[in-house]
Amino acid sequence: MIDLGETKTGTSTAGAALPRLLDARRRYLPVLATLALLALMYGLGAVNYEGFSDTQVLLNVLIDNAFLLVVAVGMTFVILTGGIDLSVGAVVALTTMISASLLEQRGWPPGVVLPLVLLIGAAFGFAMGCVIHFFEIQPFIATLAGMFLARGLCYVISTDSIPITDGFWTTMAQSKLRAGGFFVSTSVLIALVVVLGAAYVLAYTRLGRDVYAVGGSPQSALLMGLPVGRTRIAVYTISGFCSALGGVLLSFYMLSGYGLHATGLELDAIAAVVIGGTLLTGGSGYLFGTVLGVLVLGLIQTIITFQGNLSSWWTKIVIGVLLAAFILLQRAVSRRAS
Amino acid sequence: MTNLLRHRLFWPLAILALLLLGNLAFTPGFFSIQLRDGHLYGSLIDILRLSAPLVLVALGMTVVIATGGIDLSVGAVVAIAGALACLRISEQDNQQSVSVVLLAVGLALLGSLLLGLWNGFLVAAVGIQPIIATLILMVAGRGIAQLITGGQIITITSDPYRLIGAGYWLTLPFSVLIAVVVTAIAVTLTRRTALGLLIEAVGGNPRASRLAGIRSRRLIVSAYVFCGLCAGVAGLMISSNVSSADGNNAGLLIELDAILAVVIGGTALAGGRFSIAGTVLGAVIIKTLDTTIYTIGITPETTLLFKAVVVIVLCLAQSPAFRNRVFARRRHPDPPAPTASAPKLEVPA
Repeated sequence: MIDLGETKTGTSTAGAALPRLLDARRRYLPVLATLALLALMYGLGAVNYEGFSDTQVLLNVLIDNAFLLVVAVGMTFVILTGGIDLSVGAVVALTTMISASLLEQRGWPPGVVLPLVLLIGAAFGFAMGCVIHFFEIQPFIATLAGMFLARGLCYVISTDSIPITDGFWTTMAQSKLRAGGFFVSTSVLIALVVVLGAAYVLAYTRLGRDVYAVGGSPQSALLMGLPVGRTRIAVYTISGFCSALGGVLLSFYMLSGYGLHATGLELDAIAAVVIGGTLLTGGSGYLFGTVLGVLVLGLIQTIITFQGNLSSWWTKIVIGVLLAAFILLQRAVSRRAS
Repeated sequence: MTNLLRHRLFWPLAILALLLLGNLAFTPGFFSIQLRDGHLYGSLIDILRLSAPLVLVALGMTVVIATGGIDLSVGAVVAIAGALACLRISEQDNQQSVSVVLLAVGLALLGSLLLGLWNGFLVAAVGIQPIIATLILMVAGRGIAQLITGGQIITITSDPYRLIGAGYWLTLPFSVLIAVVVTAIAVTLTRRTALGLLIEAVGGNPRASRLAGIRSRRLIVSAYVFCGLCAGVAGLMISSNVSSADGNNAGLLIELDAILAVVIGGTALAGGRFSIAGTVLGAVIIKTLDTTIYTIGITPETTLLFKAVVVIVLCLAQSPAFRNRVFARRRHPDPPAPTASAPKLEVPA
């Protein structure tokens, strides 16, 4: 009898250990899928197109998408809590517009403009976070209103594009960091610093833990005594700040402020986060995945450029297909886990 | 009097009346309607004609929102439907033939039906959140529309097709008549049959309604199909009005206007309660606002700013949390007044 009982418990623990191991692996499955996709895309590109495997091509993807990377980092925080931020593209445009207007039309020094626009972005996010938390308005609607507001403010400043000729901005636009024959722009360095900082916050700080907890289950987080409201407001503030910083990087890249800059950027950012394996319901995902997601989006564009006979609208279709594939994958993974 | 104030459509109607009167102050002949060449002309008719596509899209959106969902892909469906119809017509030798146009219209509607089915499948069968499920088509849809038009703006010269969006029939713009017919169908189906009740039940609590024996999945799929079809008809109107299909810009941001119209009309975004008359009013209000801004001479782009304010104010007004926080706090420090006196004070004013 005892033997029987022991073997029973023995088999059950052995039986439970395997799924537990698989469960632990399953958490990484979406990120691994993205990594595999990225490797596949790179491999296909390298085989099919001459010059594609040049390291500079990969670095160019980073240079062209540094601003998207920063915006997607902020979006990752928001989506991890189970929210969504539709205002990011509009805040990016507003940042380029305010920067251009203050620098060129008012002649303010860059040392004042730069912190000011970052502060405006963060304050914008903070305000939306407060509306979402205190008045219990769905994030989708609150940030939609934020999107209207920010784009509207762009056009109040000017309906035309304002070129930026400021010395600091042009220096930032032209400066290149060289190493061994390759180069990246300063923006890439800034974006990488943001990524590393954000990854540290998410993995090792109390705020990061709260973000995952709130996304996993707001009720449980509240019962555990975690500051749900503060966390929720914090992630929208971070997203607003990241959008403003992304706007600054875009204005380095474009050297202009324009109300139509970054239209649809919110979709690219959400797509990057989702393709990077972060669950849209919140609570699960890694910043590293978001970086991979941005690289996937960038590589799609690069492949379409190298192919030559495909037009830019294919980018949208491929992104849509990938988005569908990854959402279905997420659905399958989370359904099996629950 | 208080009953009138409490009626769901009172505030939307009041806003519309205010906007129209404001217009009268700027353009003296604003309310005049003339009969010219057997057609009715006038600013009010123009507003109705401009509202027709938005009314249709917002109608579909209302039904989807009533089931507790949302459809972000309507703008893309508008673009795809217009592109399909215009491509088909442009390929034919005789663009004036009615049968060619009817076939093209049928093709476009079939396309938008399939797109609605795809959304409904993702939401009801796969169980993805509606915002995300329809986001896929919102991203990919513009690409598909561009693919159909080959990245060009397809221009056609078909007179029968022009009738849909720019033509007149029985002195009224044909597009307005279509909108009225679709609205009538929607009202009949939802208010004269039990369908409306079932939709509200599903939106209120899909699990409970399934347990109560309602086929909620089938209802949800039909809601997205209806929404897709409405967007398709709106797409036909928009492309017919300019006799061309533009994959990139047709129906741009119309999903946001449609959601706004639904919210203005008093439909709760959380689902479970809807008002078709309110939505139609909401759509007309938005287009009147657009027209007002044009006539006053403010840059049209600042409409976004007004819309943002409207969205914020409406959502705050709908939010119970906001009412509790703002009004409950104010009541406490005040000397306790009899609650009945508050409405009495408002009546003479």
